Amino acid sequence: MSLSHNIPSYFHIKVDRESCKKCKRCTTHCSYGALSFNGERIVADDSKCVACQRCVVMCPGSAIRIVKNESFLPPHGNYTRRIRNILWAQSGNGGVLLSATGNDRPIRTIFDDLLLDACQVTNPSIDPLRETIETKIFFGRKPKKLEFLTDKKDSTKITLKTEFMPNFEIDMPIMIGHMSLGSISYNTCMAIYQASKELNILAGSGEGGLHPDFYEYGSNIITEIASGRFGVDINYLHKAAGIEIKIGQGAKPGHGGHLPGEKVNSLISQTRMIPKGSDALSPYPHHDVYSIEDLAQLIAALKEATRYKVPIGVKIAAVHNSAPIAVGIVRGGADFLTIDGFRGGTGAAPRIIRDHAGIPIELAIAAVDERLRQENLRDEITLVAGGSIRYSADLIKIIALGADVAMCCMPVLIAMGCRVCQQCFRGLCSWGIATQQEYLVKRLDIDVARNRIINLFHSWNEELKEVLGAMGIDSVESLRSNRDRLRYIGPNPKIAEILGVKHAGE
Amino acid sequence: MNNTEKEGAFKLEEKNIIEINAAPNNKPLNYKVLNEKIHEAIKNNHKKIILKDVCGQRFIGASLQGDLEIIINGLPGNDLGIFMDGPKIMVNGNCEDHAGNTMNDGTIIIHGNAGDVVGLSARGGKIYIKKDVGYRIGIHIKEYESKYPIIIIGGTAKDFLGEYMAGGLILVLGLKFCLDGTVIESDQPICGNLLGTGIHRGKIILRTEKDFTAKLGVGAKIFEISEAEKNEIEPFIKEFCDIFNIPYDIISKKPFKVIKPISKRPFGGNYCGQII
Ligand code: SF4
Ligand code: SF4
Repeated sequence: MSLSHNIPSYFHIKVDRESCKKCKRCTTHCSYGALSFNGERIVADDSKCVACQRCVVMCPGSAIRIVKNESFLPPHGNYTRRIRNILWAQSGNGGVLLSATGNDRPIRTIFDDLLLDACQVTNPSIDPLRETIETKIFFGRKPKKLEFLTDKKDSTKITLKTEFMPNFEIDMPIMIGHMSLGSISYNTCMAIYQASKELNILAGSGEGGLHPDFYEYGSNIITEIASGRFGVDINYLHKAAGIEIKIGQGAKPGHGGHLPGEKVNSLISQTRMIPKGSDALSPYPHHDVYSIEDLAQLIAALKEATRYKVPIGVKIAAVHNSAPIAVGIVRGGADFLTIDGFRGGTGAAPRIIRDHAGIPIELAIAAVDERLRQENLRDEITLVAGGSIRYSADLIKIIALGADVAMCCMPVLIAMGCRVCQQCFRGLCSWGIATQQEYLVKRLDIDVARNRIINLFHSWNEELKEVLGAMGIDSVESLRSNRDRLRYIGPNPKIAEILGVKHAGE
Repeated sequence: MNNTEKEGAFKLEEKNIIEINAAPNNKPLNYKVLNEKIHEAIKNNHKKIILKDVCGQRFIGASLQGDLEIIINGLPGNDLGIFMDGPKIMVNGNCEDHAGNTMNDGTIIIHGNAGDVVGLSARGGKIYIKKDVGYRIGIHIKEYESKYPIIIIGGTAKDFLGEYMAGGLILVLGLKFCLDGTVIESDQPICGNLLGTGIHRGKIILRTEKDFTAKLGVGAKIFEISEAEKNEIEPFIKEFCDIFNIPYDIISKKPFKVIKPISKRPFGGNYCGQII
């Protein structure tokens, strides 16, 4: 590429020469090669900087600052800098542009237009510090009704006729979403699984198999059956608390997966059960699932394979007609259903899909919840919702919109050190999260990371209790689908209508 | 077809055998009931299970492990041997779709035709089908360490054979089995269109002299068979002929062609990681 077509960097690395001790620490910490030492001083290459902040944090002299590149492009409200950069990148390199994390376009977030209700006078609020507020939920399929048999001879003898399907308890309505070993590092996975077990919440395995070291956390792990069936074996089926068939992912609905061969080191090879260095390509669809009937068959097969001991669910991306698809899935026998909104995260996805496909989780979950209630199916199934649950407010709002469990990934990574630089697909994460390189993985201290996740979700759960208490609700199950406790203040009444939420003041 | 004649391939001691009627009083059992009976039999230490009058029941052999043999008389339904890890299943007859789905290890022998999507994503084991198969056979089969899935088809296959293949071996012989027991060359095309699309490891071997370049999918290429490859497949073909009573000399009457990946990264160049 000729120099004149270089893509102008967003960032500028400022090294304060006075405070720099020339210790060169920043040069070893920058995994993107943006900093070097020329024998005299630190040299910065802005074009390589991703603003991950590693050097800033590690510099003993606080000598580095990453600032916005001041040499800005001629302003244009339509051909934004982003669009111009996309055109330059594609005309220079060709190919489908990759991206990571979730959709970063400044699209209005519906969560932010929702306000919560609280008690005043007529119904008393509850003090969560003095009274019990239950945040526990039961995960799995529930019977539609209970049926009893009365003994023909002795009418006082009554036995339960209804057969229960497998259910288990989690202490908070939280699931850490599916991030595979491969997309994230061993240390990151370990911290997540340890924290999940400690908190008794759920974590997803992603589609990368389950490393034997993680079996002991299996009772808090939902393993994932994706189209590539990587790492799927008896242990993967039998060690997990539940199994999820991944049909879609919010960040890339309709897309498969592609772990490039260079990331398949011996650890990944062992877990995915593929040879070292070989690409892990997940086909776009499951080739045994071309219809709801086929999906029902795969659900039934997994139930057979696990002898009806664990819940079997399905994950779909939130797309235009999620509601009828969800009905088909529930009728097809799924014990839980996960819906992943268009802002959901990814370790690598085509930018065009991440940025433009799918619909917001708020709308999808409201539509699915509503439709399932119309079909008299809602109470049978556990509904998990993800796709940018950023903090506890989103968790509370998504439950009020109809979810049983909120699923999130980015907050967990951010808690562990992620700076949202969006370069995960390059495998160079300087924080040891989205990488397989030994020297980088080591940077993530498992104990520290685990404790930070535990702190994070303890706080979320406390805040959930505060809100429930203020609403006068003593169990999170009573908040679920309780849309009357939400009000809309956004600009578009149609959104409020689809959400089934009244406007503020109504 | 009678059982004892076909069981030669397994040479298992005639102990711990149990027969389960899959359709008592001519009413086929629900698949859950039948599979529960199989689990019950395994719990009672039966090592060989003979299923009688199987009529479309699904998931037979699902995720079963270990030293176990299941003989199926009748027509097993979809997902025969799904997630299976070791046992041997023999079907005296045809079978429906998805046989050997995501199988880790074991053997499935079908004395007839098989439906679509045989061996989807299988990581190991052998699937031997005497006659013809449907569409999408061996999609995304993959190998790992000592695991090496092998699918051999005595007859012919349809479109999308070996799509996304990530390891292992698919072998199609192109034979036809006459009612009188003689074996002749099939008059059907040996495979359909879009052969080996996206293949990035492993090989598909077809026994044919015809040029099928036009049928190749993206990422696949035809090679002449090497001596090493001939030696590699010989024992499997012998075993196959043995099991299905095929005179071995017919095999050498046509050459083998090998389909292998052009690259281990068929779609590597499609993406661009430029920071924008
Ligand atoms: S880490 Fe800080 S003090 Fe050390 S060389 Fe880099 S800029 Fe200078
Ligand atoms: S995980 Fe690492 S590479 Fe990905 S956004 Fe966070 S800091 Fe960047």
